[in-house]
Amino acid sequence: MEEVTSLESQEYFINMGPQHPSTHGVLRLLLSLDGEIIRKVEPHLGYIHRSIERMCEYDSYQQIVHLTDRMDYLSCHINNEAVCLGVEMGLEVEVPERVKVIRTIISELNRISSHQLWWGVMGMDLGAITSFLYGFRDREMITDIFEETCGARLTMNYNIPGGLMFDIHPNFQKRTKEFVEHFKKTLPEYDDLLSNNVIFRERTVGVGKISKEDAISFGCTGPTGRASGFSCDVRKHDPYSAYPQVDFKEILAEEGDCFARYKCRIDEMWESLSIIEQLIDNIPEGDYKVQTRAVIKLPAGEYYQKVETARGEFGVYIISNGAKSPYRLKFRSPGFSNLSALNKMAVGGKIADLVAIMSTIDLVIPDIDR
Amino acid sequence: MGMNAGNIDPQQRAELLKDFPGEVKSGPGSNIVVTSVDGIINWARANSLWPLVFGTSCCAIEMMATGASRHDWARFGTEVARATPRQSDLIVIAGTIVNKMAPVLKRLYDQMADPKYVIAMGACATSGGPFYYNTYSVVKGADHVIPVDVYVPGCPPRPEALLYGIMQLQKKIKGETLSDPRDPMKDWV
Repeated sequence: MEEVTSLESQEYFINMGPQHPSTHGVLRLLLSLDGEIIRKVEPHLGYIHRSIERMCEYDSYQQIVHLTDRMDYLSCHINNEAVCLGVEMGLEVEVPERVKVIRTIISELNRISSHQLWWGVMGMDLGAITSFLYGFRDREMITDIFEETCGARLTMNYNIPGGLMFDIHPNFQKRTKEFVEHFKKTLPEYDDLLSNNVIFRERTVGVGKISKEDAISFGCTGPTGRASGFSCDVRKHDPYSAYPQVDFKEILAEEGDCFARYKCRIDEMWESLSIIEQLIDNIPEGDYKVQTRAVIKLPAGEYYQKVETARGEFGVYIISNGAKSPYRLKFRSPGFSNLSALNKMAVGGKIADLVAIMSTIDLVIPDIDR
Repeated sequence: MGMNAGNIDPQQRAELLKDFPGEVKSGPGSNIVVTSVDGIINWARANSLWPLVFGTSCCAIEMMATGASRHDWARFGTEVARATPRQSDLIVIAGTIVNKMAPVLKRLYDQMADPKYVIAMGACATSGGPFYYNTYSVVKGADHVIPVDVYVPGCPPRPEALLYGIMQLQKKIKGETLSDPRDPMKDWV
């Protein structure tokens, strides 16, 4: 009998998803493994492809706004804003200052609520259920404000081309200030629970690194790109709405690992709070919308508008031929580009690290599949 | 589907009992026993529904909100969200089902052990919702794939609406009886 001189390992494949609690939806990953070491990650998409871009070619511009709610549902208001700004750009309509300020405040509230949910779910992915309850405790305050403002908790659809659907509720300023006060006290708790937790740090520091060059070439934006040192905040570089008049920092980190991405989001919540504080007492008087025609027809041409959602740069590219629906509409979703960097981050790591990496990219699958 | 007394048609039943030496009667005594057992089993089943963690889109966030601090569906015995269908009794279809996902949903349902229940949460799972017209990839309602017990309308439904849906399902479970076990696939078209 031949003597065994070495133990050879063999690569094998496993499926992660489409029904897996840590994929935050229905993403399917085909993992090529060598023992516990990841050799390749291949995402398979399309499990929630709802043909939204195709539907947009049949819908009027007001109707398109509704569909963008259902893409990145955690930053729905910001998605709506992208389409509305694009249409306003085509119509050459200047919205009142009041609309700009209200849109900015609600965008920042939306960003905070998205990050709160991400923080809660990230803790849960790494095995801590307390963070989930803490995150939702604070998030409910924001959904209450949204509900009072426009009647919906999640898919708000508050923006319309030309302004807002209604004026803000009389309680809006008071409740927003209450929330800011409350959240300033509870946000340090987030650090106590996870950021300074030894187990949490062991699982995130140095895990899933991506360099600045790679982040740029994969098109990573949002906290995923900024954690690698890629300055890509649309609010800073290409300001829209009321962002030119507020003073805030762009959060950047150099490490590019999971903890840097985590820290970027936590710091972004502080910046969002500061933006809200600057604007909440200075909402100018005026109309809450400009009257547009009932049937909006954009002049023939191409329009591109980008905004900064909680996940990164979200772009709307409208090609119009002068009809009441766009000829073609393309969404540039941040999740899709960030997901493409997953292979680069995960290769060479353990399979358990993949869960932490996916958490810190903060994927929303309907945003990727559309 | 599993074989149970309710599935056997009377002709087959008579054939099976042909060689049975005794007589099968449903006397008053047996009825009393069955109803008491029914009550206990239904009470236990209705108050320990373990849901499957299954969310495809926006409704999943409201489902998470239902499970989280404020609404807390643990009050109704549904807090033990399981990641595997083999350990769960209830599947809350939270979100759109598209053509590529439909076979996966069917497989998940088939993997669940009887008795199993389905709540279609939101407009998409009920009828296709906002994605009904001009789409080539959306299944117009999850009941094209698996039988649904309770439909919860909304886009997305509020957590209170989902809680009400769970309570309606509990009501439905409490009306079941062992002498005529339910077969969800039987009435499903």
